[in-house]
Amino acid sequence: MIELKHIVKEFNDNGRDVHAVNDVSITVNDGDIYGIIGFSGAGKSTLVRCINLLGRPNSGEVIIDGTDITRLPARELREARKKIGMIFQHFNLMPSRTVAGNVAYPLKGSGLSKDEINKKVQKLLEMVEISDKAGAYPSQLSGGQKQRVAIARALANDPKILLCDEATSALDPQTTHSILKLLKKLNKELGITIVVITHEMDVIKTICNKVAVMEKGNVVESGDVMTVFTKPEAKLTRDFIKSTSNLSKAEEFLRDGNPTTRLKPGEVMARLNYNNVRVSEPIISTAILKYQVYMNIILADVEIVGDLSIGGTVVIISGEADNINKALEYFESQNVNVEVIKDARVSA
Amino acid sequence: MQEFLLNNMPNVSAHWSDFIEAMKDTLIMELWAGIIAFVIGLVLGVVLTVTKTGGILENKPVYKVIDSVINLFRSIPFIILLTALMPLSRLVMGTAIYVRGAIVPLVFGCTPFFTRQVEAALAETDYGLIEAALSMGSSPVEVIFRVYLRESTAALARATTITAISLLGLTAMAGAVGAGGLGDFAIRYGHDRNMTDITWATVIVLVIAVSLVQWLGGHIAKKNTH
Repeated sequence: MIELKHIVKEFNDNGRDVHAVNDVSITVNDGDIYGIIGFSGAGKSTLVRCINLLGRPNSGEVIIDGTDITRLPARELREARKKIGMIFQHFNLMPSRTVAGNVAYPLKGSGLSKDEINKKVQKLLEMVEISDKAGAYPSQLSGGQKQRVAIARALANDPKILLCDEATSALDPQTTHSILKLLKKLNKELGITIVVITHEMDVIKTICNKVAVMEKGNVVESGDVMTVFTKPEAKLTRDFIKSTSNLSKAEEFLRDGNPTTRLKPGEVMARLNYNNVRVSEPIISTAILKYQVYMNIILADVEIVGDLSIGGTVVIISGEADNINKALEYFESQNVNVEVIKDARVSA
Repeated sequence: MQEFLLNNMPNVSAHWSDFIEAMKDTLIMELWAGIIAFVIGLVLGVVLTVTKTGGILENKPVYKVIDSVINLFRSIPFIILLTALMPLSRLVMGTAIYVRGAIVPLVFGCTPFFTRQVEAALAETDYGLIEAALSMGSSPVEVIFRVYLRESTAALARATTITAISLLGLTAMAGAVGAGGLGDFAIRYGHDRNMTDITWATVIVLVIAVSLVQWLGGHIAKKNTH
């Protein structure tokens, strides 16, 4: 278990103090995949470096399995770090060493014989599915392969915790997905606790069970991913959730004059945001049948979390002006937030 | 060869044993001063790198002192260093002349330069590698040997090449304190006695020496670049 208590980290930037992390307390339980999301400069990388003390907080406690590691002497801290693996955005593999050499790096001085080290390296490379590249140099690998090697290296000393600092930010979406899958597999098979720093809500959505949203050095919201997703409280959280959905494309279409946004007189284009709508309710069909309106779904992005759907659709509604109004009212009554994007109803 | 020399470089042929002796002296100065400067420069370069602001063993006073001393010695022209260090030479080597007397000023002339070269080479190391090593529980000593030095081998080989070649130039100047060597040989015969063929022969030998060092350095650097 990782407990960060009242972590404060200040930097002195040209004589002016910058609060990179401002009194942050979070708890990561064993087996969690804990996501910390925020825009660049939010302090999330600084915060994650406090967990292995690559950056020492100015004040606060970093308690790992009951031990406050900020109080450990240098030698013991180094031992503690061996049980906290870390991977980075730019992989940080040693260019002069082969893949196997990189993975063997942390095993020197571990008491294992050369033979045992070789076996262990082999096993680690198999685990991250890259054994065929053992003799290659990092410069010969793709980004995704490099990150796999970095993961193998981070796991060499059988850590209980793995810190991922923007580990997928330099990768393309497909590779990102495969790395996330690997992390999830490691979490499941090894029971390793993972802390993920990212600026992409997709990453959180794909693998995390807990999330903390950071802004300007503060955690503005945290909790179960499901809860935070379904009932986001902070504006920033809502923005992040929106950023993962393609519903915001509606504005883009409008701006670019996409043909789908050319409304006929009397039509309304609206975004329907589902806030905890039960999956079993067929609200769109109900509206169509009950109020005799036509609904053309332009965009849709719905996720099912538990038995609730979150996300929404962008629709063009046409029909009698009165019926359209009633349909929109009906949506509101069903926990669907209606945002009119473009209105071509004739104003009376 | 003998006949070629006799016909085209009569003075070289006449002073052949002196020529060989001069080459030996140059080689001895180059090797001794080079090896000592290499070791001290490497140590100082590493110390500068790790003690500078943001380094793994940040220590402002230590950095400042070494930095200033290096700047001091780098600002003194070598020819002045040669004479100024004579008392120290006598103390350390027992003499201020001959090859033995030249080693001390050569080391002082060469080490600060090499230290800066090492510092620059190590500065090329991506800080991400240092961070990764620390995150894996490496101690500062391990970071120095297994990351800084190991990952900078190619850059260090290039730095050593440049330094070795500039040291070759310094050994020629050391001839001024009676150190002997190729520089002294070229001045005494080639210049003072107007034996131009001796000057040419010296230059040819130096070109070959420089090329060899450059080739070797380049080869090592290439082997260590992946």
